[in-house]
Amino acid sequence: MSDQLTIAGKSFTSRLLIGSSMYPNQQVMLDSIAASGAQIVTVAIRRINLQGQHLSVQSLLAERNLTLLPNTAGCYTAEDAVFTAELAREALQTNWVKLEIIGDRETLLPDAVELIRAAEILVKKGFAVLPYCSDDPVACQRLVDAGCAAVMPLGSPIGSGQGILNLYNLDIIRSRISLPIILDAGIGTASDATLAMEHGCDGILLNTAIAKSNNPVLMASAMRKGMEAGHEAFLAGRIPKKTHAQASSPVSGLATKAHKH
Amino acid sequence: MTQKTIHIIGGGVAGLAIAWRLAQKNIRVVLFDKSEIGRGASWAAAGMLAAVIEAEPGEDVLIPFVLQSQTMWPNFAAELQHYTGCDVGYRETGTLFIAPERDDEGQLKQRYDFLKARNLPVEWLDRATLRKREPFLSPRVTYGFYSGQDHQVDNRALVDALHAACKKAGVELHAHADVQDIKISNDRITHLIVNGESIAVDDVLLAAGAWSGAINGLLQNVLPPVFPIKGQLLALQMDMRLPLLKHVMWTPQVYLVPRGDGRLIVGATVEDKGFDSTLTAGGILHLLRETWEALPGIEELPLIESWAGFRPTSRDDAPILGPSSIKNLSFATGQHRHGILMTPLLAATICEYISEGTLPQIAAPFTVARFK
Repeated sequence: MSDQLTIAGKSFTSRLLIGSSMYPNQQVMLDSIAASGAQIVTVAIRRINLQGQHLSVQSLLAERNLTLLPNTAGCYTAEDAVFTAELAREALQTNWVKLEIIGDRETLLPDAVELIRAAEILVKKGFAVLPYCSDDPVACQRLVDAGCAAVMPLGSPIGSGQGILNLYNLDIIRSRISLPIILDAGIGTASDATLAMEHGCDGILLNTAIAKSNNPVLMASAMRKGMEAGHEAFLAGRIPKKTHAQASSPVSGLATKAHKH
Repeated sequence: MTQKTIHIIGGGVAGLAIAWRLAQKNIRVVLFDKSEIGRGASWAAAGMLAAVIEAEPGEDVLIPFVLQSQTMWPNFAAELQHYTGCDVGYRETGTLFIAPERDDEGQLKQRYDFLKARNLPVEWLDRATLRKREPFLSPRVTYGFYSGQDHQVDNRALVDALHAACKKAGVELHAHADVQDIKISNDRITHLIVNGESIAVDDVLLAAGAWSGAINGLLQNVLPPVFPIKGQLLALQMDMRLPLLKHVMWTPQVYLVPRGDGRLIVGATVEDKGFDSTLTAGGILHLLRETWEALPGIEELPLIESWAGFRPTSRDDAPILGPSSIKNLSFATGQHRHGILMTPLLAATICEYISEGTLPQIAAPFTVARFK
């Protein structure tokens, strides 16, 4: 049986995509990635040294057979993001890009208009586009129409750790979109990851919840287990909720004990 | 009997302090620096001796080493001052950690609990106490904590003092002496090629900071895994009649170090940009904005300097000390953000390693062998 995450023709046994920033140091990052089981790691193109000498983040990750997913963090317009994606393609030899275009500095919420515009351009240029987007079913549909390889709606704002704020929207997105749905941003702890997977997400992208934990390696392991639990629960199918109790043992026809007098 | 000579590559505070200690044991020391003595990370640093406040998740192994070095600082500063007559600006100011944004309070508390769980001495402060200690803090600052043993030294004065100490102790110092190549035979270094000249050597110490990982003539599997992490910093000039800040102060984004002469050092960005030393608008903006959030009074202060430096960073942010896979080559590098703090203990342990052949227990976790 193969239960794999497939994006743009590439398959992965892990459903966790993990970020590479904000860890206390490189070794903790590498150990956390290993503990999380993640096979896809995002790197911020504008924050790494593209010269890529032998100790650079990208070379350390490539040595470990991890798939690099460059992101366009720090971009505010489609032009900016397209330029950054092209830099990434040249430097890292990958046509994958996590498209991130921020529309507001304080909330770091995505700019849907710029995002759809950039997605169309990048798809034409041959990129596999994974857009970080709002949890808006309409915006997600437009990104699918633009030819994206997956959609990555947010659970809550980046780094906020508030979990999933709009499960209703997430359920609608899931019911309408057959492309991979990766919940990106907002995860605070393992149960948030479980919940996302229980609601049918194909994967989760997270960073802060692990990197800024007091014990990133242990939290990475917790996320892995939380996601696996949620995914298996989704596959198994939860029971419907009821208003009243239904005892798990039969309540009628019970054996009665003879009373002595 | 001819005594052996130690050749040191790198004249930052590590190379200088080790050279001084060796020369005090009557060992002949020759030191090369590719530019001016002590103008790398030693000059760019802020001089915080913050063993407590800077403790980070995943780095528990580092805590005993930095704490021990911290306890050595008062005597080290006094000894250096006595020997050279130079004041290194060691000041027992203590360090505050504050959150200018209400939204950062959770992070502040997480950090405090993390330090407390390691029995590190930090003290939670309410708004009133905090404002009594630092009256110019932004009114938005509500909580903070205090470390009473994290102090500071003027790192540039330290460079000058160690430079003077080395001269006085008879260390042969060569500035603008570029080690261009290293000749190795049977796992031993035989010669260093310095500015085109071949120099026969007995023992070599590599203390070249961020450049340690890219010295010509050493193979990749011999080089210590050290790379540069860029930091941009700036200095403001406080009015000494009414200084805006008395303690070293951290926010989740920047640190501020008030010097005795009124300079206020603000640092630092953390950037993986190779040896690009460009100052950027974004870097300076970040430092100023985050400082202003905590201390709005900086608006009136002259901006007197801005600069960038390169932390010598290893994969686990811990130093790389002692033996290498080359018999007569040892390492004192990879100090990351703790180079000034580590100086006294680094000098003591590496001096003992080079002169006695044994690496003291406190330094044992930090050999390059851990990366194999």
